[in-house]
Amino acid sequence: MRFKRSVDTGQPRAPHWLKGLAYGGLVFLHFPILMIVIYAFNTEESAFSFPIKGWTLRWFAEAAARQDVLDAVWLSLKVAACATVLAMILGTMAAAALYRRVFFGKDAITMMLIIPIALPGIITGIALLAAFKMLGLEPNFWTIVIGHATFCVVMVYNNVVARFRRIPHSLVEASMDLGADGFMTFRRVVLPQIATALLAGGILAFALSFDELIVTTFTAGHEKTLPIWLLNQLTRPRDAPVTNVVAMLIMLITTVPILLAYYLTKGTESVAGSSK
Amino acid sequence: MTFAVEFTQVSRIFGQTRAVDNVSVQVREGEFFSMLGPSGSGKTTSLRLIAGFEQPSTGSIRIFGQEAAGVPPYERDVNTVFQDYALFPHMNIRDNVAYGLMVKGIGKTERERKAEEALEMVALPGYGDRKPGQLSGGQRQRVALARALVNQPRVLLLDEPLGALDLKLREQMQVELKTLHRKLGITFIYVTHDQGEALSMSDRVAVFNNGRIEQVDAPKLLYTRPKTTFVADFVGTANVITGALAERITGQTQPFSIRPEHISFATTGELPADRLGVAGEVADVQYHGATSRVEVQVEQKLFAVMVANQDADDHALPVIGSQVQLSWPVSAMVMLQAG
Amino acid sequence: MSTLSMRQHGVLRSFSNLLYRRSNLYLLLLLVPPLLWFGVVYLGSLFALLGQSFYTFDDFTMSVLPEFTLANYKNLFEIANADIVLRTFFMAVAVTIASIFLAFPMAYYMARYASGVEKGFFYVAVMLPMWASYIVKAYGWTVILAKGGIVYWVIDRLGLTQGLEAFLALPYVGGNTLSTSHIGRFMVFTYIWLPFMILPIQAALERVPPSLLQASADLGARPAQTFRNVLLPLAIPGVIAGSIFTFSLTLGDYIIPQLIGPSGLFIGTMVYTMQGSIGNIPMAAAFTVVPIVLIGIYLNLAKRLGAFDAL
Repeated sequence: MRFKRSVDTGQPRAPHWLKGLAYGGLVFLHFPILMIVIYAFNTEESAFSFPIKGWTLRWFAEAAARQDVLDAVWLSLKVAACATVLAMILGTMAAAALYRRVFFGKDAITMMLIIPIALPGIITGIALLAAFKMLGLEPNFWTIVIGHATFCVVMVYNNVVARFRRIPHSLVEASMDLGADGFMTFRRVVLPQIATALLAGGILAFALSFDELIVTTFTAGHEKTLPIWLLNQLTRPRDAPVTNVVAMLIMLITTVPILLAYYLTKGTESVAGSSK
Repeated sequence: MTFAVEFTQVSRIFGQTRAVDNVSVQVREGEFFSMLGPSGSGKTTSLRLIAGFEQPSTGSIRIFGQEAAGVPPYERDVNTVFQDYALFPHMNIRDNVAYGLMVKGIGKTERERKAEEALEMVALPGYGDRKPGQLSGGQRQRVALARALVNQPRVLLLDEPLGALDLKLREQMQVELKTLHRKLGITFIYVTHDQGEALSMSDRVAVFNNGRIEQVDAPKLLYTRPKTTFVADFVGTANVITGALAERITGQTQPFSIRPEHISFATTGELPADRLGVAGEVADVQYHGATSRVEVQVEQKLFAVMVANQDADDHALPVIGSQVQLSWPVSAMVMLQAG
Repeated sequence: MSTLSMRQHGVLRSFSNLLYRRSNLYLLLLLVPPLLWFGVVYLGSLFALLGQSFYTFDDFTMSVLPEFTLANYKNLFEIANADIVLRTFFMAVAVTIASIFLAFPMAYYMARYASGVEKGFFYVAVMLPMWASYIVKAYGWTVILAKGGIVYWVIDRLGLTQGLEAFLALPYVGGNTLSTSHIGRFMVFTYIWLPFMILPIQAALERVPPSLLQASADLGARPAQTFRNVLLPLAIPGVIAGSIFTFSLTLGDYIIPQLIGPSGLFIGTMVYTMQGSIGNIPMAAAFTVVPIVLIGIYLNLAKRLGAFDAL
């Protein structure tokens, strides 16, 4: 999204009620996030009572000492890393194939890339599970990765294809004209041009994968990714303080990359956004 | 004799359109050859066929006698100056210019020295550390030129390279390109839609229309002896007379052209044997400094007449609305093929 | 002297030359891996699922038999199952409508009044909660709505506890506590999918050139008339795009109904239960066809009403 100055000609300033509604909406959007942060420092052990009685960092140490937490974090990081690498390769290939040439079936292929995020996650999840069962595959680490890569590809594809469309094709021609073959041209001209978009897409894919719950519950079997761990925790009120700390951690791991991706592609195009 | 570039019955078809339609042409080694025509006439596609960005649908292209079919751009000894310059935005000027040498595997010191030499040649010494974005349009154009020439191609392709520059800069670059061409002695193939540019710079010009070449000739012949109505009309200003009006004047239906500067106003109705003419009504008179242009309505045709403005003001121009008799020497007329 | 003198050799170079001569091969090589992935892994799975919805589930042996049957689809229309479908559907509709009303003023302010830094701030501030972990946001709401939590505390301080009790006693809206009430679930759904409505509307409004509004004003329209006759019709595609997200995501969700709100299954929870504890994948598959069909109908309807004409 480019930030062109909006109406500045003869348009009155925003009415107060509208400005109030807009900022009120922002407060609404951020309020639960704020609460998660506050409760992570809460001294109390069992309840969610408000106001907070006292502040402590104790639960951070406690969470860091829990093997099940560390295992879940490690698993989620591994899954997200693998899914991201796969998505970056497949997404870039699809973008390179689809951005310029017009051919039969192109729209259908583009559509197919988008379906996994347009359909409810539960459909993707159970479809993959049904297929794995038919093939006799037991859910494991790689079945999680396959599920995640499927909906992560479109994140990379959207960002990279938008960048491809902005690169004048004459740059590629100039490189070939000056003696560089296809591979050299990709390495010296195309890759540097798409690098930030590819990185932004990769970061979004990583964040999406790290946080994904709905598809994962179907494809994970007995594996516990961090969101699944958190979901299981919700039925155990006694563990609330550790849960609160981990919740804040997940929040950080999913939001910081978004800020990064936003600044990487700022002024060039929108961070193609939609998830789940 | 081998030609620098030789097209034999070349066509390039995109879907339903014949962008280049059965073109045969030879470009001689060392000449400044222009491809002139309106947009969509096939001149840029022809250039891209030489560079290797497009493949001919039918026909053969030879570059210095060797068949070019299937040879990718990076294995052709031709380099291109692009219309949008196509400088790599992520590299500084030095790396841009040295790019062709780099991909050939020439060492860093050697290629940087050559790049600096090339930048000096285009009057941009010391600009190596800047980024393309920090340069003006004219400077970027020179960098694009240096980047192509540093590879010492035997043919330099220029795709409307001056199109984006303002008039003053364009005229200056025309002179510089011409000087460069003389100095280097290599073949320049220059694509333009500006007939003035093509006439003033080229050794020979090919005039494109609808994917075909209408005429290939030296600029002077193109102007004085156009072969088709299209060429007569497109190159310079001409009164191209066709059909019934042509028959009324010459007695035959073949179209002809007469340049505005060859027409004069006659007072009497009777014409000498070596002149032809027609009567009409003055529709407009435009003052152009050294000359004036008088437009005369003859039937449906508006004749342009160029009159030199004498320093003395006694030379009377006709008045709008008055009846005049136009006449011109038969020798100045050019008979045309319908184009 | 060879003019095509720059010939080099090597496997990569030969390969590059081959791709130059056969540009369709180049395209094919690029497309094969993503096509294999999506065509085989993903679409294959979807069709496998669809196929299984016609399989027979044997209630006695608790196993799936590959025998064709329409029984699963017939089962969808049983009272209990139809109830689930309707409950989910009405929630999705309510969430979508609420999202439109909450999102429009924000999107309108972002597109028409915010500029420069403020616009960047709004954009990031909407995107962050959208991307922030789904499960954590849902969890955050269980904390907020919990008895003794911040909402109960504020209401208590305002002396409105009685009012809240009365409100929660209403049928179809209330529940025992806030976190087990319909209204609580509705709020969480609306919260979670709201950014998906804001951004498309904002993008649609952003595309309206200011000159159109000036032209409308110039032709004598009052601001309210300009809004209704010019801006609103042009914003509709954005609203539709956003509502596809809120509608489809609510239809398919099965985590939030588990965490917040009264008992009573949703399509998502039903699917999950069917395949999980019972292992009745055919019935689960039949249930997943419901959201697909509903979304298909919705898209078709929107298209017929000309919602995409302004695009």
